[in-house]
Amino acid sequence: MITLEKVFFTYRSGQTALQDIDLNIVGGDFIAIMGENGAGKTTLAKHLNGLLKPSQGRVLVDGEDTRKVSVAKLSRKVGLVFQNPDHLLFSETVKDEVAFGLKNFGFAPDVVDSQVVRTLEALGLAEYAETSPFLLSGGERKRVALAAILATEPDYLILDEPTIGQDYRQKERLRNFILQLYSQGKAVVMITHDVEFVAESNPKVILLSQGRIVARGPADSVLSKDELVRRASLVRPQMSRLFSELTKYGLPGDVVDVHRARLLLEEKLSEAKVRVPQNS
Amino acid sequence: MAHAPREIILAKNLGFQYVGAPRAAIQGIDLSIKENEFILLTGPSGCGKTSLCRCLNGLIPNFYQGEWTGELLVDNLSVTTQLTSELSRRVGYVFQNPENQLFALTVEKDIAFGPENLGLSREQIRQRVDEAMNVTGTLPLKDLAPYELSGGQQQRVALAGVLAMKPSVIVLDEPTSFLDPRTAEDVMRATDDLREGLGLTIVVVEHRLDLVARYAERIVVMDGGKIVADGNLEETLDEKFDLLEGLGVGVPRVSLLWTMLRRDGLVSGKVPTHVESAALSLGGMMNQ
Repeated sequence: MITLEKVFFTYRSGQTALQDIDLNIVGGDFIAIMGENGAGKTTLAKHLNGLLKPSQGRVLVDGEDTRKVSVAKLSRKVGLVFQNPDHLLFSETVKDEVAFGLKNFGFAPDVVDSQVVRTLEALGLAEYAETSPFLLSGGERKRVALAAILATEPDYLILDEPTIGQDYRQKERLRNFILQLYSQGKAVVMITHDVEFVAESNPKVILLSQGRIVARGPADSVLSKDELVRRASLVRPQMSRLFSELTKYGLPGDVVDVHRARLLLEEKLSEAKVRVPQNS
Repeated sequence: MAHAPREIILAKNLGFQYVGAPRAAIQGIDLSIKENEFILLTGPSGCGKTSLCRCLNGLIPNFYQGEWTGELLVDNLSVTTQLTSELSRRVGYVFQNPENQLFALTVEKDIAFGPENLGLSREQIRQRVDEAMNVTGTLPLKDLAPYELSGGQQQRVALAGVLAMKPSVIVLDEPTSFLDPRTAEDVMRATDDLREGLGLTIVVVEHRLDLVARYAERIVVMDGGKIVADGNLEETLDEKFDLLEGLGVGVPRVSLLWTMLRRDGLVSGKVPTHVESAALSLGGMMNQ
């Protein structure tokens, strides 16, 4: 378990980035941290693996205070994938990149090899094993950076804006991958302002604004509250905006994902007997 | 005046393969873009959209090595024979991550950097910088350092720096991906205002259609280095929905919902592209 107890953080410039954060992250959790640019999301993420230490309060990773454990030791448990893949990539081939962390952790060469193959396949990168990461597109490089961390199988995976530059198909792949991880008992925390991705993935949402947690709860309840969402400089998902126009027809106002929307409308439109001939 | 809009970009059978890459990044591209168009360029990750944009301002073939085929004219100048400096006056490029683009000590100096290198007079530089700051709303930021700004402010400064070069075309490569949704909307709106006010041509590369659908009349879809669809955005969403969805293009959720209901035979008519039109159509049906 990762525990944040009354965490405050102030940068050396004097700018307060986090205030009074209480948060528990346990295996099997899937959490989305959302909020405006500058809300403190990345600062919070960096506290989870000890890259930043709280100015007040404390962060415990499996009972150990992050101020007393090295980042190197913490990084075996907590994998942080940065927003910009180029901060992470440096090897000559994709395969070497993904193998690097594993080798560093002292795994046997045959374990490293099989783990690299498995991870590359899972992320749709197998065909690029021998390619230089710098010949890949931005979206592909981002997946390589993710693969490099995933291969080490951390218990807690922290993803900073994982959907940037990813097309819809890649996002679905990412979603399935995350689902697999937390159903295996790993914890996945993603920082994102991709409201549509969150609406369709249904994690627990922590809403940050100006360094404070202003709301927490299931995605459909948090993302359908207009005032809260605005405060964090987000926009409600399209389905939520659509369904708030449709409440006068007896439809619920907390719909955020397209699949629930479809089921509700199918029922409504069938009962209203407005069935029309298929036109294609 | 009823004169036909000028053709600002013309690609004929354009192709490019990077040195060391296993296959061509783009191939057989035929594309004509008229002045003052707002175009959404999309397609799956790795489809060649960024490479095509790099050709538009001459980054390819001048700074990337590889094999070039076909022809590309920008403002009637051939990209292969023109100096990059000539091209960069005509085509401005706003990168995905504004941090990669800003480097001066203050916002004002950053915006002035381009014009200073054009050999203009002091007054001309002053005028261009002021104008660019005015239209992008960055004037209040002029004495701040770029790193002190929020993502949305940085993106606007990057846009101002490009505008100060007085280009005819602005290419924005996933301009909103680092921005929160509300700021992303502001940047898209500001971009469309520039198109209207200054007569610019806008090319936006984006995975998510919902952000751009309100502004772009035309969509160009790429896959495997080729253009696979090119036409009016609303018509393309309506007629080629399966192709777009199959390619992993982030179609607006209301369009997806409508298509699913239409397949079930529960609704008919054109696929809506925004929430308002979807709400209107569905509300109308439930009132019956």
